Amino acid sequence: MTATGRQGETVHVTRKSRAFARRWLPLCSLVFLVALLTGCQLDTAQSTTVIAGTHNAEVWNSYRVIFWLAGLVFVVVMLLTLWISIRFRERPGVSAQQIHGNTKLEVLWTLIPVAIVVVMAVPTITSIQREAQGPPADAIKVIAIGHQWWFEFQYPDLKINTANELHIPVNKPIAFEIRSNDVIHSFWVPQLAGKIDMMPGHVNSIWFAGTVARPEPYLGQCAELCGLSHANMRFRVFVDTPEDFNSWAQKVKSATPAPSDSLARQGQEVFQRSACIGCHTIQGTTAAGIVGPNLTLLGQRTTIASGTIPNTADNLFRWINNSAAIKPGSLMPPMGQSAGGALSDDEIRAVSAYLLSLK
Amino acid sequence: MATVAGTLAHQANTGVWSWITTVDHKRIGVLYGVTAFTFFCWGGVQALIIRTQLAVPYGNVVDAGTYNGLFTMHALTMIFLAIMPLGASFFNFLTPLMIGARDVAFPRLNALSYWTFLAGGLVLSSSFLFGQPPRGGWFNYAPLSSTQYAPDLGIDFYVVGLLTLGVSSLMAALNFAVTILNLRAPGLTMMRLPVFIWMTLIISFLLILALPPLTVALIQLLFDRQFGTHFFNAAEGGDPILWQHLFWVFGHPEVYILILPAMGIVSEVLPVFSRKPLFGYPAIVFSGIAIAFLGWAVWSHHMFTTGMGAVPRTIFAANTMIIGIPTGIKIFNWLGTMYGGSIRFNVSMSYAVSFIALFTIGGISGVMHASPPVDTQHQDTYFVVAHLHYVLVGGAMTGIFSGIYYWFPKMTGRFLDEKLGMVQFWLWFIGVNMTFFPMHYLGLIGMPRRIYTYDPGLNFEFWNMFETIGSFVLAASVLAFLWNFFTTMRKEPTAPNNPWGAPTLEWATTSPPPEHDFDVIPTVRARDPLWYDRDHGIEAPQPTGEHIHLPPPSYYPILIATGILLLTVAPLTHLAMTVLAVPIIVYGIWGWALEPTE
Ligand code: HEM
Ligand SMILES: [Cu+2]
Ligand SMILES: [Cu+2]
Repeated sequence: MTATGRQGETVHVTRKSRAFARRWLPLCSLVFLVALLTGCQLDTAQSTTVIAGTHNAEVWNSYRVIFWLAGLVFVVVMLLTLWISIRFRERPGVSAQQIHGNTKLEVLWTLIPVAIVVVMAVPTITSIQREAQGPPADAIKVIAIGHQWWFEFQYPDLKINTANELHIPVNKPIAFEIRSNDVIHSFWVPQLAGKIDMMPGHVNSIWFAGTVARPEPYLGQCAELCGLSHANMRFRVFVDTPEDFNSWAQKVKSATPAPSDSLARQGQEVFQRSACIGCHTIQGTTAAGIVGPNLTLLGQRTTIASGTIPNTADNLFRWINNSAAIKPGSLMPPMGQSAGGALSDDEIRAVSAYLLSLK
Repeated sequence: MATVAGTLAHQANTGVWSWITTVDHKRIGVLYGVTAFTFFCWGGVQALIIRTQLAVPYGNVVDAGTYNGLFTMHALTMIFLAIMPLGASFFNFLTPLMIGARDVAFPRLNALSYWTFLAGGLVLSSSFLFGQPPRGGWFNYAPLSSTQYAPDLGIDFYVVGLLTLGVSSLMAALNFAVTILNLRAPGLTMMRLPVFIWMTLIISFLLILALPPLTVALIQLLFDRQFGTHFFNAAEGGDPILWQHLFWVFGHPEVYILILPAMGIVSEVLPVFSRKPLFGYPAIVFSGIAIAFLGWAVWSHHMFTTGMGAVPRTIFAANTMIIGIPTGIKIFNWLGTMYGGSIRFNVSMSYAVSFIALFTIGGISGVMHASPPVDTQHQDTYFVVAHLHYVLVGGAMTGIFSGIYYWFPKMTGRFLDEKLGMVQFWLWFIGVNMTFFPMHYLGLIGMPRRIYTYDPGLNFEFWNMFETIGSFVLAASVLAFLWNFFTTMRKEPTAPNNPWGAPTLEWATTSPPPEHDFDVIPTVRARDPLWYDRDHGIEAPQPTGEHIHLPPPSYYPILIATGILLLTVAPLTHLAMTVLAVPIIVYGIWGWALEPTE
């Protein structure tokens, strides 16, 4: 029962499989690298690498340093591993050097990670410090509240309450108060800012200014698992010119719906006598429910169902008829008779026309 | 089980009953291994469904509820039912052999750990049969876990499943800590312990300290759900963030519990196939201890976006970055071990070397999101998914495969086929990188995790499809392994005692070892004992014919585990089940205490 085993008794690796590895490893890595470089566009619609807000700019102050450091460490360790693997593979007549350690080397490679960590820590800590100073005094206050599965936005100073599509003026700091109505959600608009969780029982805060005004929205998405339709909990942020923002705010504040065509008028009448008003508010009417999203000026929004589908008559019809078919688990009960609700198809079409007329 | 029984057929006692009553650490190791690998395959199937759903935008393979159940159960299965018990399989089989002992300190407790693990695993997995899997993610944040937002039994399965698995792990941890501290062969001082044993010891202490906070959290959740308390209910003065702290105080040490066995394995494999002692043994041991120690002071890096103040964010960021230092030291020491060696690239070594590369990638991304500002863009995106899969699949599983190919001859007396093994290795290596590397990019361009559907037009399409293909390459690798396993098990055992020329004690005995492990307890004279004896011409001691005492088989472990199983079922059915369960447990303990040991 001694250790009779000597080196080399049971070498199963054949020359062939080695040659195979030598031939294929570089090729595979090359294909992979080429695919990587061509398939990796960075300026995409939800990309964190597009900097259009002050918060994300602050993030990238640290990220730029950390990204390149990480890249450097990656390349060095991979090349080192590859080189050692090739250089010291077993060869006839060459035996291993019996080294147990080397204090100088070990001190050196303790100091390397220490240096890397220090270089990472400096921008990180300065960034945290700057953020801790809070928003500038002239910031506009917005309260953002997460609901299963949509976003509510209140502008307490402007007396505006809206949902799922947020408007902010360019280059103006916005101080957000972040809350949740039920479970944990997370408020995230990658191009404008990093995320901040919406916690029940807590009030969080974040501030930033959008720095690039444009007609297309910035995409936001809930970033904490919040139940069945977490994937469908999105929102949009419009960074407007100051004039556009003011006219939008004026319009919302003074909205008094007066539908002109008869279908929309009929829709208003259906809306007012149905379950809709128990949950939804439309400013300037008696509808004052607070369970669901505020529908004031819904006709102006580009999407419905918290940023998931375009705001069209068809989609409105499908949504009102049976919202859970679009957004699994939706807490809005089905309204259409075909889905167990009280409204006929014609009534739903009228309501859709009414909502679209709210501009 | 029949095949497995066959592997040890030379032993006198075979048959199902002998496996049920066994207290032999080697057989328990085999039971752990086979069970855990089965769960690993099951978790893999869940992963393939997930990846198929995500292959294209608006995928409709499964619905939202099933999807949430799948990713939750996938994580729970892989973490608690596959990787942890695969680690346990190694340290059960190997610890007594590597320290020159004849069994663990408490053999029956060891059997009880296994049967309790099996009970917990079956209960947790059966949630799918009832169509009520937990759906809150593996960290199961409150208040989504409350009866209000999760009225079905899913979360109850989660609670009782993890509680039971925790009991199992705690028993194992105590057992192995005592074994390693007390049963070492003469001359085997702490600083001569194989690194794998050091890692096992560290894991044992991590488990002993990490499971209590998890248990507290689970019991609070159990009370919230069963008895209407409000620990996590903000509306009634509770606080959901309490759950996060308790969970991650467990959760971060848990990730080291998952990776340290693999680090131990490669620390054994690299020197053997480089034909060179481990480079900087003390540094590797102490950095392992440092990682385990610092691992207690970083949990809030999982909570950077919850609205913590500037001071805690700074401190937790600093601690997390500091953990990168001992991690870096380990990586350099492994490379130092290979440097100047005469490296034989067989399957085990290929896995060990690729472990270094893949784990490094996971370590780098970990240090990246140690920076709280950066983490506000990483948290809950696919970047974190990339990180955790590089450390768990590229790290832990790759290390485990290295260990399987390395110790297979010792465990079964047979060599896994090297050619097929090489094919399996390359499928694995390519599959891991295909599946998980693009996730870094997807996270960077804003793809959140835990979404069952995504829109086209965000540039998510191509790489998601690519990853899905990669996941099937991984599946092919696992199938190749299974094929290799089953064909190998039908061959004759031919392995000599020490086929690799390894330096540690387990290679001094036969392959597979006899039931009593060693005819004569070996004496250790240096850190790499068999190399020392070889180089100094020291012959192995001759058997003296002394009487060897082995603990007799016992059915009390499985009996008590059955009682625990019934206890587990109580919150899922009726609390009256406890009336049935408690007497069984009490009777089991009674019989256990009075059982003769001859
Ligand atoms: C240098 C070492 C490491 C550092 C600095 C590090 C850092 C981090 C950080 C900061 C996070 C939180 C990211 C977020 O959610 O935004 C994280 C997540 C995670 N890490 Fe690590 N990590 C390291 C090594 C490991 C190892 C060795 C493992 C396991 C074997 C591991 C497993 C995980 C897992 C599973 C998660 C995700 C948990 C979840 O959200 O589901 N990490 N890591
Ligand atoms: Cu969500
Ligand atoms: Cu952690």
